[in-house]
Amino acid sequence: MKLYKMMSACLLTCTLLTICMPSSADQFTEADVKRWTNEYMSVMKQGEKLFHGGLKANNTVSCDQCHPNATNIHPETYPKFQKQLGKVAVLGEMINWCIMNPTESEPLELDSNEIIALQAYIHYERRGVALQPGKH
Amino acid sequence: MKKTTNRRDFMKQTAALVAAGSLPLSVIEIAFGKNSDQNFSFAYLSDSHITHIKGNEFVRNWDRGLVRAVAESNLMDPKPDFVFYGGDIAQLGKPEEIDHGLEILGGLNGKVHYVMGEHDYYLDLGEYWKKQLGPDYYSFDHKGVHFVVLNSILTHEKWMHKKWPSGMDRMLQMARLDNPDGQPFMVGDAQRQWLKKDLAKINKDTPVVVFSHSPIQKIHKGWNFWTDDAEQVQSLLKPFKKVTVIYGHVHQIQYNQIGNISFHSAMATAWPWPYPSSYTQVETYLPKLTVEMNRADPFNERDATGWQFINMHTGNIDLHYILPENQNRIVGYDAKQGKPVDRDYQKTDKRIPPQVHY
Repeated sequence: MKLYKMMSACLLTCTLLTICMPSSADQFTEADVKRWTNEYMSVMKQGEKLFHGGLKANNTVSCDQCHPNATNIHPETYPKFQKQLGKVAVLGEMINWCIMNPTESEPLELDSNEIIALQAYIHYERRGVALQPGKH
Repeated sequence: MKKTTNRRDFMKQTAALVAAGSLPLSVIEIAFGKNSDQNFSFAYLSDSHITHIKGNEFVRNWDRGLVRAVAESNLMDPKPDFVFYGGDIAQLGKPEEIDHGLEILGGLNGKVHYVMGEHDYYLDLGEYWKKQLGPDYYSFDHKGVHFVVLNSILTHEKWMHKKWPSGMDRMLQMARLDNPDGQPFMVGDAQRQWLKKDLAKINKDTPVVVFSHSPIQKIHKGWNFWTDDAEQVQSLLKPFKKVTVIYGHVHQIQYNQIGNISFHSAMATAWPWPYPSSYTQVETYLPKLTVEMNRADPFNERDATGWQFINMHTGNIDLHYILPENQNRIVGYDAKQGKPVDRDYQKTDKRIPPQVHY
């Protein structure tokens, strides 16, 4: 009986909230889209800088030295099996492999701002290419 | 008559080297037909990108590529008459980098001829390189072949000589391959005039071998796989029966035939580059003739820094690409077709999955 009362109270609260909200959640505007796109492009630009020497690698080597315009990364193929890691990996794990090996530096947290920005840039340079997860 | 070393002989002689893996150098054997006693070979190393970190520290990976190429080329038998270095000793043109690279290259037996790369040039407009190595364009004759070296990595005078905060600012602009504000490479008027005069003295039957850092053909402007005045240079080479252009810069296998001119690229000792078509946002023009090298395995740091064994028969060349952990490649001049073709993979249905780049 107590549970029933609690559920009723919750339902009432939700109904009231819905009525009181000025607009529905999906009623986003062009201004919203512009803001969200700008947010993405801003992070993408940060990623481009990190990719071109902004990571300050211990040995000064930068991502773009081997991957001009983020080529030969193939973000559209991840997650995929990496024979050298012996498992299906996400792109961030391969970015970290590169950070640790060719650039001789310390790996980043997979949800760090830097890894997100790098992926934003890598995906941007590959825009328009169809998703092909697992492709080699 | 000196016997032209065939691939089997060469492989026997260098079996130990091949067992060691990648050999990032080229052997170029030039033969003038069956009755010539003027055959000779030379080695070709390129694109080491020696990088100074601080103090006495340099990037290990790039050092090792060059150290290995030098050691292996010294073991070549028959010994090459000389060695060519195709440009980009340094990453940022610093005296420390050029000196460190030259110290490693100093281990080579015999004479070394150098080609200027953009990474050697744009810090001080080639001043230190020239001080150490001499002129950046020149020619010489060797056993019946006319060799020409061009500095093909110049760009607009205005850009080179504008008021830069420092030489390093200019260098960093040029060092970024995918720089959206990048400037196109060119040989320029002065060198083309010099080349015209230089070639005027040469019999049109003489084989001519031209060395440049960038391709004297247009493949992808965005990465300077490109020389802006390529057609003008090609037209100066047109009167000659047999012309070969050998270039560095691209860090990958490329070959092409434009009229009488065969084009061949060489591997870098440092690292491989993707093919331009991998950049899907722009149009690029890799020669249709080129069957691409196998995609590199990043976990093997010398992969796709292989080398070429090259025979030059009656003025045309056969290239034997020796690729670590991959099937070797042979690209030879086909007299009937009048162009270089891959002996195993040229036909579309003969290609293997690693040659598919995307």
